Amino acid sequence: MNYTPHTGDEVRKMLSEIGAGSMLELFSDIPENMRPASFNIPEGKSEFEVLRHLQELSSKNSASLTNFIGAGFYSHYIPAAVDAISSLPEFYTAYTPYQAEASQGWLQAIYEYQTSICGMTDMDVSNASLYDGGTALYEACMTAVRANGRKKILVDAGVNIIYWTMIKCYTSNLSLEMVKVPVRDMRTDKENICRQMDEKTSAIILQNPNFFGCADDFSDIIEIAHKKGILVIMSVYPVSLGILKTPGEMGADIAVGEGQSLGIPLSFGGPYLGFMASKKELVRKMPGRIIGRTLDRNGKESYVMTLQAREQHIRREKATSNICSNEALCALRAVAYLSLLGKKGIRDLALINLDKAAFAKEILEKIPGVIKVGEPPFFNEFPVLLSRNADEVVHSMIARGYIPGLPLGRFYKGMDNHLLVAVTEKRTKEEIVKFAESLEAVLCN
Amino acid sequence: MEVKKDLLYTKEHEWIKIEGKVGTIGITAYAADTLGDITFVELFSAGEKVPQFGKIGTIESVKAASDIYTPLSGKITDVNGRTSDSPEIVNSSPYDEGWLLKIEIEGNESEKSNLMKPEDYEEYLKTI
Amino acid sequence: MQLIFEKSRPGRTGFKIQKKDVPATAKLPENLMRKTDTGLPEVSELDVIRHFSGLANMNFCVDTNFYPLGSCTMKYNPKFTEKAADFEGFREVHPLLPQLMGGGVLTQGCLEILYNMEMLLNEITGMDAFTMQPLAGAHGELTGAMIIAAYHKSRKNNKKYVLVPDSSHGTNPASAAIAGFDVIVIPSDKDGVMDINEYGKHLGEDVAGVMLTCPNTLGILNPRVKEICEMGHKAGALMYYDGANLNAILGKMRPGDVGFDIVHLNLHKTFATPHGGGGPGAGPVGVKEHLAEFMPISKVVRRTDGTFCLDYNYPKSIGYIAPFYGNFGVIVKAYAYLLMLGKSGLIDAAEKAVLNANYVRAKLDGFYKLPYNRKCMHECVFSAEKQKSNGVSALDIAKYLISRGFHPPTVYFPLIVKEALMIEPTETESKETIDRFIDAMKDAAELAEKDPGIFAKMPDNTPVQKPDEVKAARDLDIRWRG
Repeated sequence: MNYTPHTGDEVRKMLSEIGAGSMLELFSDIPENMRPASFNIPEGKSEFEVLRHLQELSSKNSASLTNFIGAGFYSHYIPAAVDAISSLPEFYTAYTPYQAEASQGWLQAIYEYQTSICGMTDMDVSNASLYDGGTALYEACMTAVRANGRKKILVDAGVNIIYWTMIKCYTSNLSLEMVKVPVRDMRTDKENICRQMDEKTSAIILQNPNFFGCADDFSDIIEIAHKKGILVIMSVYPVSLGILKTPGEMGADIAVGEGQSLGIPLSFGGPYLGFMASKKELVRKMPGRIIGRTLDRNGKESYVMTLQAREQHIRREKATSNICSNEALCALRAVAYLSLLGKKGIRDLALINLDKAAFAKEILEKIPGVIKVGEPPFFNEFPVLLSRNADEVVHSMIARGYIPGLPLGRFYKGMDNHLLVAVTEKRTKEEIVKFAESLEAVLCN
Repeated sequence: MEVKKDLLYTKEHEWIKIEGKVGTIGITAYAADTLGDITFVELFSAGEKVPQFGKIGTIESVKAASDIYTPLSGKITDVNGRTSDSPEIVNSSPYDEGWLLKIEIEGNESEKSNLMKPEDYEEYLKTI
Repeated sequence: MQLIFEKSRPGRTGFKIQKKDVPATAKLPENLMRKTDTGLPEVSELDVIRHFSGLANMNFCVDTNFYPLGSCTMKYNPKFTEKAADFEGFREVHPLLPQLMGGGVLTQGCLEILYNMEMLLNEITGMDAFTMQPLAGAHGELTGAMIIAAYHKSRKNNKKYVLVPDSSHGTNPASAAIAGFDVIVIPSDKDGVMDINEYGKHLGEDVAGVMLTCPNTLGILNPRVKEICEMGHKAGALMYYDGANLNAILGKMRPGDVGFDIVHLNLHKTFATPHGGGGPGAGPVGVKEHLAEFMPISKVVRRTDGTFCLDYNYPKSIGYIAPFYGNFGVIVKAYAYLLMLGKSGLIDAAEKAVLNANYVRAKLDGFYKLPYNRKCMHECVFSAEKQKSNGVSALDIAKYLISRGFHPPTVYFPLIVKEALMIEPTETESKETIDRFIDAMKDAAELAEKDPGIFAKMPDNTPVQKPDEVKAARDLDIRWRG
């Protein structure tokens, strides 16, 4: 059984309708010298055998470690209703809503997603999703470059280092000048950024909270950037927007980010969700699908893919992006998640993250061997300076059942003893206390 | 499809009306019809200098996007603002209300030989 | 249907959050705090479930409707693969874990899947190395185009063009442009394949690469593709295989054997992972040996003791194309599908896909114009030109099919066919389903002759009918404002 339902009799009938003598004849456009040199694939297995094999493989991974790592990818609780919604076959076994009449459910869901993202970020317009936070940041750069025609991008070093490496890679063939502006004490060096803004600068990229967990208000430098015709792109952690000042409030032109924290499992790195929202002036420079509301021939409210003339299937090499397949199902999860939490839930969730992280900071500070904990204000993540090499501490902590955070030495010179610790709502007081005890035991060993 | 007598045409279906040094530019009825319902017009700004057949803007419909090129070299002196608020006028009146830009013609007289006369354009349309 | 925001009632919530169990109450400075409203709805869990279930009911999908959307390979997605991807040991693993000291041993299962998948895809395509990182087909194309750029840069070749046939997907030229190339479009010949003379003419020493879909978007396999690859190589270009249509040739032809240097696959198409209303997909890229050093980092390698780890030591790599290792959740599903089908199953899939497409072609020949009347592979492309002369367009026929309960074929693509109807039945559809579809297509052709006016009323049984796309683009309304 290979999910092909044809009986032998049917195959014969169909071949005869086609006028082919055999199945082989259907492949006669492949001449002898183009046939496979080999095709050594194991023979198929039963559903039971495959699932058993995968169960075995999955059990070789540890999902039971108590997690204090984030670095842009967070372990939040996902309500079961989110899974129920994304498991509806009418959503997950459909495709891009090219035919509006056969896809109103999908189209309306994405319109609601766009509305939710606009509401979270305080921006005017949103697209229907990009692959992940890093590719969203790259697309934001290109949107800015298209909008003002300039070629230089200033990137605050507080932007997730993983995204920095990605946008460097993406822009390497595009004669753009990508300039990284170092942080000072793990905070945005606003003066330095302002000094480097010039008439060639297309955009600056900021992140809030930044990679080191620090929350900031960038209104001041955004105002200065705008006076110089420079656009401001801000990468944000959506859960933090339950309480933190939004890109829109600060005046940013484009808000992007990783939507994984909005009801999408960590799944070893994907599928995730890149979101992108902007001021309305930039909507035609945006990449990706955009869903619009209109009226049908009976005057009924209805939804369609709109502004398609930006996209690759129409504008080809002049398109705003090459994106075709996106992360619609993850966007559906995000809008379901945000709808369940609602106005109050998202705020409560952000507050509990904030408080738990503050509690963790307080007790970690008291541990001998912890030299310093990063200065607030932070949201739910902060750097911890240890008396020992953080890699080794992580190694010992993993053996004790914890992922204690991300050692920063791998990415930043001179930060070998720094550990970036994240605390989400999933961590209980007891877990945090025990985590501190284990860390103390490791550090004082 | 209407082809007006007093204009010159390009292969990309733009027209230009020459009155002394002033050239008024638009797209032909054929182009407007082929694009379908026009939803967006974006044009270069007054003051910009453009070479013959250089890009001067973009027109979008629901299913297509088309760049617009200037038939002659010149400096853009005026832009039809109505096309951005009411792009449908390019469909309804491509040779009149739906004009796109005016230029001050700066190129060599010989540039005109690269353009089609109305009767040539009519012949050209038959070949498409 | 009302928007979820319109169903909002002040004070309602669909989420119960745990009580705060820590004594700390953090206070952030006022200027860091949000003052605005998120605008999120206030609804109960049941409100949310009813709302999205109601929306779901307005979609066509593979589980409920025949979905012959050409180029998209809407085959049945087996349910057990969903279960596999949902195992806690896959779903709950943080992607940074294997990058931590002592974390690699705790992610061996994930790494092994990535490694096994690479081995399987190498053998299926005849390539030497695969990266699982690209997150969709177009993302794979971009990865491939960047590898082409890196290869030529490393050899100090100054090449600026990529050639694509006029039947190509729009993503090909769009991806090549991001990798810094200018695109030259090669016309198709009367047989529906890239015109080999035109190709030869443009194949100068400034051509960096050639991107081909094979079989192409007309469903036609070019019997001279090997020769085309040889010509490209002679000119110093790299040959890129767009794997959108690999489903047609599983076990019948391998891109690596006929001379392609780079391939991308669409796991969601060929290996049956759900398309999710537009994604997620997965677009792994394979290369021949001489390009392996340019692949994105990191790479999963197998140590001599049989364990797996991540290797970052590729100084010539194009860099980081994805944050981690690809759309892992999608890759697990494709892996499960591959293991279940196995060698004979994959060959069977290709055969039945081609059988179904040719059956549709043969049965509808005469009713619709076949612009390239020859054997097809996994899909066939008709033109509704004949119907159009009666005022009935491909789009009208699509809307009629919706009324009959079928998702329409892809329309108006490939661009080189006027009024194109691109039909890809896939292998999982039965003869009786396809016969019903054929009947509906024949009825449409007959109505176009006898009663063309009826199409103006189509579709007549859907929740909405002919939404005004012009209005949507002119009076842009892309978010609700209450």
